[in-house]
Amino acid sequence: MQEIQSLMGGFAVAMSWFNLALMLAGVTLGVLIGVLPGLGGANGVAILLPLTFSMSQQPGGATSAIILLSCIYWGALFGGAITSILFNIPGEPWSVATTFDGYPLAQQGRAGAALTAAFTSSFVGALVAVILITFISPIIARFALQFGPPEFFSVYLLTFSAFVGMSKGTPFKTITAMMTGFALAAVGIDTVTGQLRLTFGFADLLKGFDFLIAVIGLFGIGEILLTIEEGLEFKGAQAKLNMRVVLDTWKELPKYWKTSIRSSAVGCMMGIVPGGATPASFMSYGLAKKMSRDGEKFGTGIVEGVVAPETAAHAAGTSALLPMLTLGVPGSPTAAVLLGGLLIWGLQPGPLLFVEKPDFVWGLIASMYLGNIVGLIVVLTCVPLFAAILRVPFSIIAPVILVICAIGAYTVHNSMFDVWLMLVFGIAGYVFKKLDYPMAPLVLALVLGDRAEDSFRQTMLGPEGSLGLFFSNPLVGTITGASLLLLFWPLISSAIAVARGRNGNRRGG
Amino acid sequence: MQANKPVASTRTAELAMAGLFLAFGTLVMWDTRRLGVSWGDDGPQAGYFPFYIGLFIVVSSAFNIFRALNLGEKGRAAFVEWGQLRMVLLVMVPTVVYVALIANPWFSLGIYLASAIYIAFFMWYLGKYRWARIAPVSLGVVVFFFLMFEVWFKVPLPKGPIEAAIGFN
Amino acid sequence: MEKRTFAKGLLAAVVASAFSVFTPAFAWEPTKTVEFIVPAGTGGGADQMARLTQSIIAKHNLMKQSMVVVNKGGGAGAEGFLEVKGAKGDPHKIIITLSNLFTTPLATGVPFNWKDLTPVRMLALDQFVLWVNKDNPAKTAKEYVSAVKAAGPGKTKMGGTGSKQEDQIITVALEKQSGAKFTYIPYKGGGEVATQLVGKHIDSSVNNPIEAVAQWRAGNLRPLCVFDNERMPYKTKIAGDMSWNDIPTCKEAGVDTDYVMLRGIFMAGGVTPDQVQYYVDLLEKVRQTPEWKKFMEDGAFNQTALTGKEYADWVAKAESLHQGLMAEAGFLAKK
Repeated sequence: MQEIQSLMGGFAVAMSWFNLALMLAGVTLGVLIGVLPGLGGANGVAILLPLTFSMSQQPGGATSAIILLSCIYWGALFGGAITSILFNIPGEPWSVATTFDGYPLAQQGRAGAALTAAFTSSFVGALVAVILITFISPIIARFALQFGPPEFFSVYLLTFSAFVGMSKGTPFKTITAMMTGFALAAVGIDTVTGQLRLTFGFADLLKGFDFLIAVIGLFGIGEILLTIEEGLEFKGAQAKLNMRVVLDTWKELPKYWKTSIRSSAVGCMMGIVPGGATPASFMSYGLAKKMSRDGEKFGTGIVEGVVAPETAAHAAGTSALLPMLTLGVPGSPTAAVLLGGLLIWGLQPGPLLFVEKPDFVWGLIASMYLGNIVGLIVVLTCVPLFAAILRVPFSIIAPVILVICAIGAYTVHNSMFDVWLMLVFGIAGYVFKKLDYPMAPLVLALVLGDRAEDSFRQTMLGPEGSLGLFFSNPLVGTITGASLLLLFWPLISSAIAVARGRNGNRRGG
Repeated sequence: MQANKPVASTRTAELAMAGLFLAFGTLVMWDTRRLGVSWGDDGPQAGYFPFYIGLFIVVSSAFNIFRALNLGEKGRAAFVEWGQLRMVLLVMVPTVVYVALIANPWFSLGIYLASAIYIAFFMWYLGKYRWARIAPVSLGVVVFFFLMFEVWFKVPLPKGPIEAAIGFN
Repeated sequence: MEKRTFAKGLLAAVVASAFSVFTPAFAWEPTKTVEFIVPAGTGGGADQMARLTQSIIAKHNLMKQSMVVVNKGGGAGAEGFLEVKGAKGDPHKIIITLSNLFTTPLATGVPFNWKDLTPVRMLALDQFVLWVNKDNPAKTAKEYVSAVKAAGPGKTKMGGTGSKQEDQIITVALEKQSGAKFTYIPYKGGGEVATQLVGKHIDSSVNNPIEAVAQWRAGNLRPLCVFDNERMPYKTKIAGDMSWNDIPTCKEAGVDTDYVMLRGIFMAGGVTPDQVQYYVDLLEKVRQTPEWKKFMEDGAFNQTALTGKEYADWVAKAESLHQGLMAEAGFLAKK
């Protein structure tokens, strides 16, 4: 139980008033950053890096610096859910799946419940991930090393398989939407050959279609346009505004323990590999929908549909720090900036960091526990406040939201072109919704498309590349097999049903 | 003109949308010609996946067009009514003007001034608020964003004459 | 009208309290926030260097205005370069370069050239080292390359960052020199390449020192040679009893290939000599700080730092070098 001892030492480092104050400040800032799309966690952390530079020169300062920065990260993870639930605008990419049930809940006047469920599940996911990091980080680090291109591809395939078959309505619209997402993901430079694709000579298309811009437009602006058709008001204004809602929701949450465990596992795996928090949230939502007894009701506004993606996103976001610390591979853009920070402070992330700077590492791990507790308290006490935003009259809040969307779209690449693009996506979102083109597959394809294609083609490079590589060892074989099974499950299950039916008939006849 | 009179039928909208997708898919396929669409020695070429993606879009859009033509009664239902379209345009047109005001080749206001005007207009025209209410809201929001982005987080957003006048650009 | 005056007054008051702006009459100085553009994503080598520079400037108060780092890595950096190209005469934008200053326009045909920009100064040169997994039987670069040659084409995987960029160019140069054939696997980031090498998904890499040093120290990777014509000068022990200085040059090791990557600063075209001089001096001050020196040593950089005409000449030479290498490798964009 050497870990416990080290962890206690870590708590001793992290538990100073100064550090606790930093945590509070970091989490609050992070929530603010997470709420505003465009001012993402990576941005927030990058901007505060110079500040921490002088901090890190004092003894123990590097620990304080990373506590501040990682708490911004936790805060942003928490904050991303808020606008997803209230306005259908994901503040961060990993909150997209949270909108599927969170926003309908808010429309039914249950914004408080949705927020509480989101925050609490985030906390649970993070806690599971931190415990994992505390006790079995060496094993995890070795697991991550197993992942080469075929393994990554199989994980992306699993994400898709978990998610398809979700939408009702005609399959042709789903295919159209999903393929459009893939096509948009292909715009820009091709990683494998370095060729430009689908840019048609326009400089603005070189950078490709950013996920966030598409999502702000399709979900956020599209939703405002749909709302306004019916008149100048938001539904869900009757949300309850007291702390009772937190306790009531907590009573409900233990029912979803299976979903919580499954989502934590999915999240931890995707964080460590590192596949990222966004695919983790989609995969977890898809699996929950397929496996839950209330599967049919997913997407209509049920608490379980908020629990699944939020648990996974936060578990992934937290465990993504492990490959960063032990391998020097960032699991997310924010982790990439944190990694740069470590190097600037004179710390070298890598296998030896745990040995050489135990104070720093265990201080950081302890701050993960404390920072998440602080974060949970901060955001939960604010639930009534957040829900109250829905009571602001529509003709005040709508223009403010649109301004936030415009700023968010602009900051992604500092480009006005993106703001126009967002408006186009907004109109598209409005029409898609009215004509039942599902947007979730489009968004998922947009976020995973190029990564899946890259890892597929990396696998195929060279004369030895063949499809057999996706079954070449037990790890990749299992994941590929599981994804194929999931993908064809509807066919398989109906085949089984038909076979049984025939047997039954024969017996009857 | 009656508010509940349909602007377009669902069939028309379906056909238009599927047609757009068809064109988009064709465009995607057309671009892959120069990239190579075959499965070479080194696995799929750069245009391999985009080509089939485009093909899928074209084929499924064709099915969607076919479906739209056979919608029957449902296809005659309104896609959007005049009253609804009016509301949507009431939001969309000012928003387009707003984005154009932020930055354009002739007269850019910058994002802050444009946002203040936009929020004020929205509250005045759609919300029928008084100026005593409008001014603090629109200015307060804009000043908050200014502090947040330009001062605290140093995220440069498009700026215009006002920011230049106060020596902040 | 009243409201606008009020807005103006309020903004003025807010800003005046947060900032005070001085505009001295002598020598040029920035009059507003300087954008430091990184034509690559967050977390990479160029990004780290830019953020370190920004931090040092902020910490030592080297500039009255503030500096922000802006990542514009779209289209293999074309996004950032096109932005600076388009900002003709704007002295408040500087850009740090990778080799993509040369490789991106050559490989993609995107219209920009370093001559559209104003060279400010070189900060350092980044080294490349040939790395293999610790379990690889080859002890020297010569042994490794011979083994690759003996195995035949397609048997050995070389991992690197990006396609038709520096890592792949070095790989091609190495192939040409030795006759060995690699399968080049492009990844998105240097850290990822190092990890893939530890996990044995690839056989070797040409990572920068800073990207692979942690795994070297942990004993997971082994450096074979450095692609420069001189050994790295740093003699502090890094891994076991090895220092950067103990890594032979590839020429010494019998595979005569060299390549260094420019880490230099450029401004937009059409700026005045005064303005260029300001940044030359500013960056010189940055280079003198202990933080910078430590960073140079940690990353085992080649500290050559040219300015003025020498710098421009170096860049011109590097451009023709890239042109030649890429033409031979067949990486040039079809016209």
